[in-house]
Amino acid sequence: MSITLEHVNYVYSPGTAYEKQALKDVSFEIPQGQFVGIIGHTGSGKSTLIQHLNGLVKATSGRILYEGKNIYDNDYDMRKLRSQVGLVFQYPEYQLFEVDVLTDVCFGPKNQGFSPEECEKNAREALELVGFPEKYYKQSPFELSGGQKRRAAIAGVLAMKPKVLILDEPTAGLDPKGRDEILDQIEKLHRETGMTVVLVSHSMEDVARYVDRIIVMNHGEKMLDGTPREVFRHYRELEKVGLAAPQVTYVMHDLKAHGFEVDPDATTIEEAADEIMKAFRGKEGALA
Amino acid sequence: MIRDITIGQYYPAQSRIHSLDPRVKIVCTLLFLVSLFIQNSLLGYVCATVFLGMVIHLSNVPLKYILKGLKPIVILLLFTVVMNLFLTRGGGTLEHFWIFTITEEGLRTSVFMAVRLMYLVAGSSIMTFTTSPNGLTDGMEKLLHPLNKVNVPVHEVAMMMSIALRFIPILLEETDKIMKAQMARGADFESGNIIQRAKAMVPILVPLFVSAFRRANDLALAMEARCYHGGEGRTKMKPLKYHGRDRAAYTLTLLYVVIIFVVGRFVPFKLWIF
Ligand SMILES: Nc1ncnc2c1ncn2[C@@H]1O[C@H](COP(=O)(O)OP(=O)(O)OP(=O)(O)O)[C@@H](O)[C@H]1O
Ligand SMILES: [Mg+2]
Repeated sequence: MSITLEHVNYVYSPGTAYEKQALKDVSFEIPQGQFVGIIGHTGSGKSTLIQHLNGLVKATSGRILYEGKNIYDNDYDMRKLRSQVGLVFQYPEYQLFEVDVLTDVCFGPKNQGFSPEECEKNAREALELVGFPEKYYKQSPFELSGGQKRRAAIAGVLAMKPKVLILDEPTAGLDPKGRDEILDQIEKLHRETGMTVVLVSHSMEDVARYVDRIIVMNHGEKMLDGTPREVFRHYRELEKVGLAAPQVTYVMHDLKAHGFEVDPDATTIEEAADEIMKAFRGKEGALA
Repeated sequence: MIRDITIGQYYPAQSRIHSLDPRVKIVCTLLFLVSLFIQNSLLGYVCATVFLGMVIHLSNVPLKYILKGLKPIVILLLFTVVMNLFLTRGGGTLEHFWIFTITEEGLRTSVFMAVRLMYLVAGSSIMTFTTSPNGLTDGMEKLLHPLNKVNVPVHEVAMMMSIALRFIPILLEETDKIMKAQMARGADFESGNIIQRAKAMVPILVPLFVSAFRRANDLALAMEARCYHGGEGRTKMKPLKYHGRDRAAYTLTLLYVVIIFVVGRFVPFKLWIF
């Protein structure tokens, strides 16, 4: 029950002046239920990569297995794959088109062939999951605020009840409050349903707080792959490719360099605070 | 997918054709298009083929790219060929079955017509492939400048054209994105009858229109914020100036027109019925 990529390469517009190798020999496996973060600077191939996971883009070479089956086999049911691997695009609000929010969210389940009642039930559940206020269900999607549109669009994918949810920068262009709300809801969703979640992001802070594993992309190649702790240990290399580890990593490393007994691998603010408190208590103890 | 449509796009490369003055390319393209209509004979088309081939070769645009540009007219092409083939009468009968008759004249017209159409599209796409939208507008504006005297808003028209051209790839990209987003939600654009397919376009067209209006609005704001106020009193950073190569291009094209006119009209050469 997993997604496996084997030596995937992808070239945009091969054979023209615009030729561009967007993915180079990317391989990894995402087991069911994992919360994975994909980070990389602008143009590193994140969006291209995730469009492979539900077959929207076909790899130039390499294989992709979903639940052990090659999705490029001739008799593979692509539509079923797309309903099981839900993909929320970057700026998903631009896909809204129906007369009201509820109908728009029903679009996915309707395409899956559910009855109108089931569609509406799924849509309401999905909207609730993303914390979309019920009073706007009958509003035109074009009259919502940016954050509300984003939620409606995410619900549009969730309503298909996917087993894997992929989100491409779901918080781009949102204010800090909207960002935290959406990420918290995704984390809750992951916790409660055990759904696999793939989160694409620029922000190390966001990713570090929520995910079990980070894949770092650089110029179309997989550069690092591991738990946040393992990945942020390479913070010097991350800096070289235009990324940065979370602020706390720097603070912890500096403290360590100044002789404090802290664990520099702490990745979230809470962990770091605990470590620092521990270090201070230790010092006081030693002084007393 | 939809990005494969190449008609009207700019192909960035270094070549003799790219470096010509846009006015030259516009005028010569028009001359080429006219040249296709002043004759209708095998030798004439041979001349046109040689000229077009030479320009394509010089332009460094891959032939594959130009052929791709012909794709959108395939239907029109087939329609023309079939219509001419069966409906044009004249000369001896070549084939006759049931109610259909193919005559010599029909075959001749349909073949020439197909070639002419393809050359029309290929000829004009060479111009857009090798001239940036900005260049095209500048050239157009300068060429039509005299019309200003009779109150034609030349600058505005040129600006509208260049914006329209510039937006083709952007909107194609946008369509591609929206299509993918709807496919991720299970939309199906490939199966079903015509009505179902037309209905399946709604989830693409609505967001596309919304985004086109949004972009137009943003662009208008951005232009206004930079004090754009139309053509009056506007100067150019790089005014267009003719160089030696431009004069050479004019000369060669005129020479070609004369040759195709003389050869196509007055040299009586026929291969079978063509
Ligand atoms: N449709 C396309 N045609 C040609 N090249 C493309 C296309 N889409 C993306 N690219 C190129 O492929 C590379 C990877 O793009 P991609 O969109 O996957 O990056 P990304 O990591 O998602 O960036 P961002 O963080 O800005 O979203 C980029 O260099 C981009 O220029
Ligand atoms: Mg992206």
